[in-house]
Amino acid sequence: MKVKVEDKLFLDRFRVDEEAHIRIIDNDICIKNCLDQPCLYFCPANVYKLEKDRITVAYEGCLECGSCRIGCPRLNIEWRFPTGGYGIAHKFG
Amino acid sequence: MREEFEVAVVGAGPAGISAALALAEKGIKVIVFERGEFPGAKNVSGGVLYGHDLGESVPDFIRRECPVERNIVESRVWYLSVDGGFNVSFRDRAFEEGLSFNAFTVGRARFDRWFAGIAEEKGALVVCGTTVTDLLRDDGGRVTGVRTDRSDGDVTARVVLIADGINSALAAKTGFRPEPKPNDVALAVKEVIELPEEVINERFNVEAGHGVTIEILGEITKGMDGVAVIYTNKNSLSLCIGANLFDLMSNTVRPYEMLEEFKAHPMVAPLIKSGRPREYMAHWLAEGGYDTIPHLYGDGYLIAGESGMLFNALHREGSNMAMASGRLAALTIAGALARGDTGSEGLAGYAAALQASYVMKDLKKYRRFNRFLLNHKELFSTLPRLGASAAREMLTVDGISKKEKQTSIRRRIQGAIPLARLARLLWAGARSIG
Repeated sequence: MKVKVEDKLFLDRFRVDEEAHIRIIDNDICIKNCLDQPCLYFCPANVYKLEKDRITVAYEGCLECGSCRIGCPRLNIEWRFPTGGYGIAHKFG
Repeated sequence: MREEFEVAVVGAGPAGISAALALAEKGIKVIVFERGEFPGAKNVSGGVLYGHDLGESVPDFIRRECPVERNIVESRVWYLSVDGGFNVSFRDRAFEEGLSFNAFTVGRARFDRWFAGIAEEKGALVVCGTTVTDLLRDDGGRVTGVRTDRSDGDVTARVVLIADGINSALAAKTGFRPEPKPNDVALAVKEVIELPEEVINERFNVEAGHGVTIEILGEITKGMDGVAVIYTNKNSLSLCIGANLFDLMSNTVRPYEMLEEFKAHPMVAPLIKSGRPREYMAHWLAEGGYDTIPHLYGDGYLIAGESGMLFNALHREGSNMAMASGRLAALTIAGALARGDTGSEGLAGYAAALQASYVMKDLKKYRRFNRFLLNHKELFSTLPRLGASAAREMLTVDGISKKEKQTSIRRRIQGAIPLARLARLLWAGARSIG
């Protein structure tokens, strides 16, 4: 089933920090040494997208579950909490 | 911040707040740091809370206008195939009367803010919009306070309580808890779907103020070890679906696609028909159980709630364990402060108190449960499929005798799963919850 995650993220309230709280440590590793690239699938906000020669990080829509930090097979993702008060703010929770 | 505090708590969730509340009641100076804009801004749970543990902290929580969505009077369990499924449910008048508020639904954005407000009334200081980035330690490695992301943001305290939840980047950074392995957590997504209150009452066959929980297993998680739930709120439904993170990684399944397929299931779609999605969230569940619990105290610190992996995966109990552990941590801290020993030895009573409580007793009882689910994927594929096809066949009136039907069902089962494997599965299942 094809689903546009943007429609879901549109429901949420984000206060976006100018500074990214997620960083791919070495994009070469993603392209050359990671066959499965599971981050492209399991991330519930589809933060990670494969462009021609790299994986991009749309940290603005991150739901802050932490899955990429431990689920990256190469542990190639640096993930910290957004600055206090930034990131997603639940309305219902 | 130059002010001195006896206790610093990281995280204004159920664990941190119940601890802060208990400490403040004893007149102990406590500060709570919350990275969200307000307590609850970052928090997610399926949405069921239990009155017992909340009552230990706030005995008159109903009178104090705890933001209850619905009092749960009926619990259903579904076992689903792709096209249908089985439903077992239990309702009891006791849950409407004497046992009312045994279990009830909440929205965490409102509940946590309310709960933190009670702690503030008692004298706890809750500081929001502030992320704790590290722990301060002296030369001997003893925790002496927290470092926050505010300028001039070091705060010293005699004891630090780490209660920042399952996704505790702090516990990982300080090494006080190893990062969970992907197969120790489930990644769940949640959608809140708005519907008029009366429509929910009718669809779930309940009176106003009463609610239903549905816990769901089966093919909905596409052969992965996972679970879904539907919980009734006052004028919305909480739909959650999740699977073991390792399984999600290996199966290239997108969680939100799994959610949409779940919403389209023939037993789910009529319940949410014409509802309006209002919010979408994601969160981990600590499924690893007893064997993934880290050492929960040391020199100058303790860990409570899901930071400590305290979660009962079988019964979907987390926030109550968070409250219980937070309260026990507070009792231990109060004793340690009174004795003047906030080192590892002074705080050791916490582990003993947890072991003696239902928290560790339950987690120990179900310590094999996670592995059982992970190792028996037919629970999420072959078995619901066989069960549904057998039920469909027995219920179809088509001129074929019941005996012939039974023979063909038995053959089909034997062809799909060897009987020895089925027997071993039942044995392992019984043992994992025994």
